[in-house]
Amino acid sequence: MTQRGVNGVRDAYDVVVIGAGLGGMTCANRLARAGRSVLLLEQHTQLGGLATWFRRKGHLFDVALHGFPVGMIKTVRKYWSKEVADRITQLRGIRFDNPQFRLTTDYTREDFTRLLVEDFSVPAATVQAFFDHTRSMNFYDDDGRTTRELFEEFFPGRTDVVRLLMEPITYANGSTLDDPAISYGIVFSNFMSKGVYTFHGGTDEFIGLLEKELLASGVDVRTKARAERILTEPDGRVVGVAVNGVTVGARSVVSNGNLKSTVLDLLDADVLPADFRTQAEAVRINTSSCQVYIGLKEGETIDYMGDLVFTSTAPTFDTDAMLAKEVTSRTYSVYYPENRQSVGRTAIVASSNARYEDWTGMSEELYKADKARLAEATLDDLSRYLPRIREMYDHLEVATPRTFERYTLHRGGSSFGTKFEGLPVSQNLPQAAPGLFHTGSVAIIMSGWLGAANYGVIVANEVDKYLGRGQET
Amino acid sequence: MTKDAIRQAIVDIIQEILPDEDMGGIELDKPLRDQLELDSMDFLDIVMELRKRYHIEVPEKDYMELNTLGSTIAYLEPKMANL
Repeated sequence: MTQRGVNGVRDAYDVVVIGAGLGGMTCANRLARAGRSVLLLEQHTQLGGLATWFRRKGHLFDVALHGFPVGMIKTVRKYWSKEVADRITQLRGIRFDNPQFRLTTDYTREDFTRLLVEDFSVPAATVQAFFDHTRSMNFYDDDGRTTRELFEEFFPGRTDVVRLLMEPITYANGSTLDDPAISYGIVFSNFMSKGVYTFHGGTDEFIGLLEKELLASGVDVRTKARAERILTEPDGRVVGVAVNGVTVGARSVVSNGNLKSTVLDLLDADVLPADFRTQAEAVRINTSSCQVYIGLKEGETIDYMGDLVFTSTAPTFDTDAMLAKEVTSRTYSVYYPENRQSVGRTAIVASSNARYEDWTGMSEELYKADKARLAEATLDDLSRYLPRIREMYDHLEVATPRTFERYTLHRGGSSFGTKFEGLPVSQNLPQAAPGLFHTGSVAIIMSGWLGAANYGVIVANEVDKYLGRGQET
Repeated sequence: MTKDAIRQAIVDIIQEILPDEDMGGIELDKPLRDQLELDSMDFLDIVMELRKRYHIEVPEKDYMELNTLGSTIAYLEPKMANL
């Protein structure tokens, strides 16, 4: 059973994993199945990290279950179980509604090709060349181009095409046209294949099943266990973790925390080479999010309006406008009761990208007032699709970048990890502090449900290699 | 291990990673990627399984040796001969 706190932990483990996000959980499970002793520490009461949910007055809200690529089926099957993978189902309708176009798609390559050729009059050869080009992109060969330049090459002057191709990705990972083209290409081609998928039953059931697997694999799982420091020898080699005031020995440590918090907060300042620290300090954090959670009354049902609705009233795609406090662009994730039999009610979650700075440094009164304004604006916008929405709901709640910061301990409430330069810092950390590894949302590509889980596997392989064979703790 | 046993060990590992694939007709000299739905994560799994089952380390610079079944057997033969 998962225990709260650190009572009864062993003196030492092969691996201590800090943070039970999807990366930390997958890494822990993989290493335990490889025969390593693993302690998984989570500061919150629930596992899952940003793959999380909460209950209020008979409602259940998913925070980050908006849709993941088809590759998640294979990843879950390989690193978790077939039983869990079999519950992944395809989303039926992805809708776009903005001043430039309105359309519904299943977000498969076939349907996107049809849309681009028939509705947007892009030559079929150009569409195919663009898809092939993005599919061929690898994270280790950055050609230095930005996403803006990529679009300029394939679709010059086509702000409508750019919006169709870019807006969902910006919602998914906070990236902008100024980010490297490869970070766009890799994420886009992961999605743009066989559609967008969700977990039947919701995040709570998904994480619940993973937790069972972790325990079955022999992972020592602890919630309400906050790692305070990563302990090292003078030469930087990792020897343990201080958690809830207790010292636990570790031959290796994997941090699934925010990259900057890991390097700059959990380690003593003099442990790392100065240039590595400087490099880590220079890593830019991605932006954060606001969400408005709306729970419909028992018995209130809505006609199918799509599973994901990308809406905007901004004239063209504009990252600054998407981040602005005066929200013009929202994604509605609609959760129908069929997919949530345990709850039996409809929930709608409106997400928008946001800047941490816009929500901090103000009085509590102003903060509350700003949250109330966001709630009202969201209801106004949603009434374009559901005119009776104000009568239909009986619970509404707002999350801001401060909320994300509180539950995840991420610097700046980052909901999408770091910008691209976070990747080398994350990957080279074991060279600076032997035995210390990082798996977590970095560089836009190692992000989202699939990116996080796969990065957990990649790092598990590195940890396993570092530990070697024949001296298990 | 004999060459045949090494071949079987590799096939067993790939079969576990890709349970739905038919491993029967794999050609020795054709890239595994052209015959199976094998992606870069799967190759990583093969490397990790080789370490777990046989304590063999395949460094990143040698990953291309795992291109075909034949090249994989040839690469692993000296490492597995004494197992």
